[in-house]
Amino acid sequence: MYKIIEKQIFSEVTKLLSVYAPKIAKSCRPGQFVMIRIDEKGERIPLTIADFDPEKGTISLVFQEIGKSTQQLGALEQGEFIKDVAGPLGHPTHIFDSGTVILVGGGVGVAPIYPIAREFKKAGCNVIGIIGARNKELLFWEEKMSAACNSLYITTDDGSYVRKGFVTDVMKELIEEIGKENIALIMAIGPQPMMRACCNLSKGYEIRTLVSLNALMVDGTGMCGCCRVSVGGSTKFVCVDGPEFDGHQVDWLELYRRSTYFCDEEKSAKDIYNSEKGNHACGCGGIQ
Amino acid sequence: MTEKKKTGIKIIPSKNPMPLQDHKLRASNFDEVALGYDYETAVAEASRCLQCKNAPCSRGCPVEIDIPEFLRLAALGNFKAAISKIKEKNTLPGVCGRVCPQESQCEKDCTLGIKHQPVSIGRVERFCADFELADKEDKITNKLIPPSSGYKVAIVGSGPAGLTCAADLAKEGHRVTVFEALHVAGGVLMYGIPEFRLPKGIVEAEVKNVVDLGVEIELNSVVGRLVTIDQLLDEEGYNAVFIGTGAGLPYFMGIPGENLCGVYSANEFLTRTNLMKAYLFPQWDTPIKIGKRVVVLGGGNVAMDAARTALRLGAEESIIVYRRSEKELPARAEEVEHAYEEGVKFYYLTNPVKLLGDEDGIVSGMECLKYELGEPDATGRRSPIAVKGSEHIIEADTIVVAIGQGPNELVPMTTKGLETNKKGNIIADPETGATSRPGVFAGGDVVTGAATVILAMGAGKLGAKSIHEYLLNSKIDKPLGREGN
Ligand SMILES: Cc1cc2nc3c(=O)[nH]c(=O)nc-3n(C[C@H](O)[C@H](O)[C@H](O)COP(=O)(O)OP(=O)(O)OC[C@H]3O[C@@H](n4cnc5c(N)ncnc54)[C@H](O)[C@@H]3O)c2cc1C
Ligand SMILES: Cc1cc2nc3c(=O)[nH]c(=O)nc-3n(C[C@H](O)[C@H](O)[C@H](O)COP(=O)(O)OP(=O)(O)OC[C@H]3O[C@@H](n4cnc5c(N)ncnc54)[C@H](O)[C@@H]3O)c2cc1C
Ligand code: SF4
Ligand code: SF4
Ligand code: FES
Repeated sequence: MYKIIEKQIFSEVTKLLSVYAPKIAKSCRPGQFVMIRIDEKGERIPLTIADFDPEKGTISLVFQEIGKSTQQLGALEQGEFIKDVAGPLGHPTHIFDSGTVILVGGGVGVAPIYPIAREFKKAGCNVIGIIGARNKELLFWEEKMSAACNSLYITTDDGSYVRKGFVTDVMKELIEEIGKENIALIMAIGPQPMMRACCNLSKGYEIRTLVSLNALMVDGTGMCGCCRVSVGGSTKFVCVDGPEFDGHQVDWLELYRRSTYFCDEEKSAKDIYNSEKGNHACGCGGIQ
Repeated sequence: MTEKKKTGIKIIPSKNPMPLQDHKLRASNFDEVALGYDYETAVAEASRCLQCKNAPCSRGCPVEIDIPEFLRLAALGNFKAAISKIKEKNTLPGVCGRVCPQESQCEKDCTLGIKHQPVSIGRVERFCADFELADKEDKITNKLIPPSSGYKVAIVGSGPAGLTCAADLAKEGHRVTVFEALHVAGGVLMYGIPEFRLPKGIVEAEVKNVVDLGVEIELNSVVGRLVTIDQLLDEEGYNAVFIGTGAGLPYFMGIPGENLCGVYSANEFLTRTNLMKAYLFPQWDTPIKIGKRVVVLGGGNVAMDAARTALRLGAEESIIVYRRSEKELPARAEEVEHAYEEGVKFYYLTNPVKLLGDEDGIVSGMECLKYELGEPDATGRRSPIAVKGSEHIIEADTIVVAIGQGPNELVPMTTKGLETNKKGNIIADPETGATSRPGVFAGGDVVTGAATVILAMGAGKLGAKSIHEYLLNSKIDKPLGREGN
């Protein structure tokens, strides 16, 4: 059992849980994730380690409530427990120590991009952050990101905060301004359409671009193959070969199809959960 | 029909049949298929044993159970003594009695089997184990935990190999911790072999027996990520490590269309169902999606389990597609028979070259070729040869790939000086289980490739014996501060 030490509510659908898991907090590195199972009957779901504190023995998980499991997770309070937390899983981000890196976080993707930004900056890179959300309400960790980056840009789809538009708008301007040869790496983490858009843009400039893929998973340890995805024409398991891959090589359509295959089932599970709880279904499911 | 031997022992030529759940009924539930002997039948079956002095049966058992002795006790109706006898060697008798391929192990060389049917050793073993589990009042507890030896041993993986190794080391007084990646212990016994062949309650009870010996099991602990073997040895004070991580990596065929939706590895299909209880969705949260027509590729035990599971999940048709003929099926005869009875269909000498999908990327069928069997190859198996122009399409809305598994590379990748072979299996001395790295031993599927529960247990036993000797002979300081040596 893993105790929830702290809960923060970023928005109605975005929450942070800080969980006591001292061994994971000690061994994890940016880019890695955990598989959690809320209770005995729960499914195993992957969540990125958004922050970790080896001294306090905690890891932070930031998640968006989209289906039954994440809603149920969001309903847990400080002092309550998550039954299983396994990790750290996946390869850590490869951190290098010089040059400019552009780190793009979309939606809840701001959470996983944060420790990566912090690490690149610590290593000595010039870190440019771009974070975007649908609206101001959904944006979080501006201050943390601002401290972890040398410069930070913000966009909202509806213009309710800073700049109206998409992260790719800023990305394009920055590439033009800095020059593609001066950018060592772009990393984009967020909803699939956003990562895909970033890759389409950077591909034209031939800038190496990494994405962190959120395939469906069952075990998260390389045992089932549920998370498989085609990268550069060969099959990879996101949980053990990734989760980061060269975004220019990813078969996005296949990934999208595979991640929505259980949509009907997940939706019915969510509806049952919400009718039992007397909640109204928020209906925000799907890929965002 | 009985004969008299010189000794005057009556020979009863046939096994007592195993009562089974009705085949029509069982194909739609997850309850156990084989119902087990009752008391009288167990006594009767045990009484068939001739009590051979040389006990050829025991030599066929990889964990060397004293079979004539436990059968003798069972024949007297003394099942408590019988299970104690079994447990001297075997920590998982309820599991082995159910899933051991007895026909190629203990029962293969049974003297009775030369002219008649061998004693059904496994079925009696199962009865003894179930008898003990059912007897909640007066549980035959394991022998008292011996005094601590002062040594600490880490076991990686809680499958049959790891559990057996752990139990044997604990019996020697070593402090044993098992690290398991998943949220339950048992390995394939929990995630792979279906409930209807091996109820999970049996596995849990037998795992508990191991824990009762003083073994600690740390779940959710992925070795290589949470902690490495190097750290266990160098920083955390473990004196030896046993690796029993199994062969959990599913193979695919490498043909087009394998990543279509609706194509599962057998591991995913069975893990969703057994470990995550998808058959109880939505009471349990993990879903599984199954079409009307399910095709399973492969001909081993895993394929049989997947095809039979598909029927229970509601498939109208469940078809095994196998590239050789019925004779070559690697699955146990009994499993094939049960699959037939339940209505699984078999398409032999057929193999897909390409999986086909609809416009939404969901699998709709496969293009196949017909095969003929050629001359026996180096291994003596007749290899299939494609028949020219035999292309045809088999429709399917779910496909399960059950063509084998290999070892996960995480542990070798993160451990210094641990040698593996071309297939990624850890290289271990067959006599001792020792790997290329001193103090590190390995056994089970991770060494041999996918094999059987009882062979993995045999390897776990061997590993325990070698680790025990290694610890006694080594001059390493005991981290737990006991005197001695
Ligand atoms: C390595 C990895 C790291 C992740 N890190 C985070 C994180 O830090 N924060 C976070 O909020 N989420 C993260 N995710 C995604 C998260 O695992 C899913 O949102 C979660 O499993 C949804 O569970 P659910 O039961 O609430 O929703 P479900 O009921 O399972 O799904 C609801 C709907 O969302 C779709 N969906 C579900 N999972 C995904 C997915 N992975 N990708 C795209 N669509 C999906 C389904 O098709 C369905 O329609 C990560 C995924 C991976 C693979
Ligand atoms: C569907 C199916 C049906 C079968 N039916 C039969 C049968 O009827 N009879 C029979 O005799 N055999 C059967 N087998 C084969 C048998 O189950 C295996 O040979 C046996 O379980 C191997 O035991 P093991 O201990 O080596 O590994 P496993 O049982 O595979 O256990 C390995 C364990 O190690 C864990 N692990 C892996 N990596 C790590 C890590 N890095 N850190 C921590 N833990 C880790 C895994 O999660 C797993 O729990 C079947 C196999 C399958 C898949
Ligand atoms: S453990 Fe398996 S091989 Fe050994 S006696 Fe029992 S059934 Fe036979
Ligand atoms: S070989 Fe058969 S008959 Fe002889 S002791 Fe063993 S089980 Fe009994
Ligand atoms: S989630 Fe099972 S192999 Fe990746």
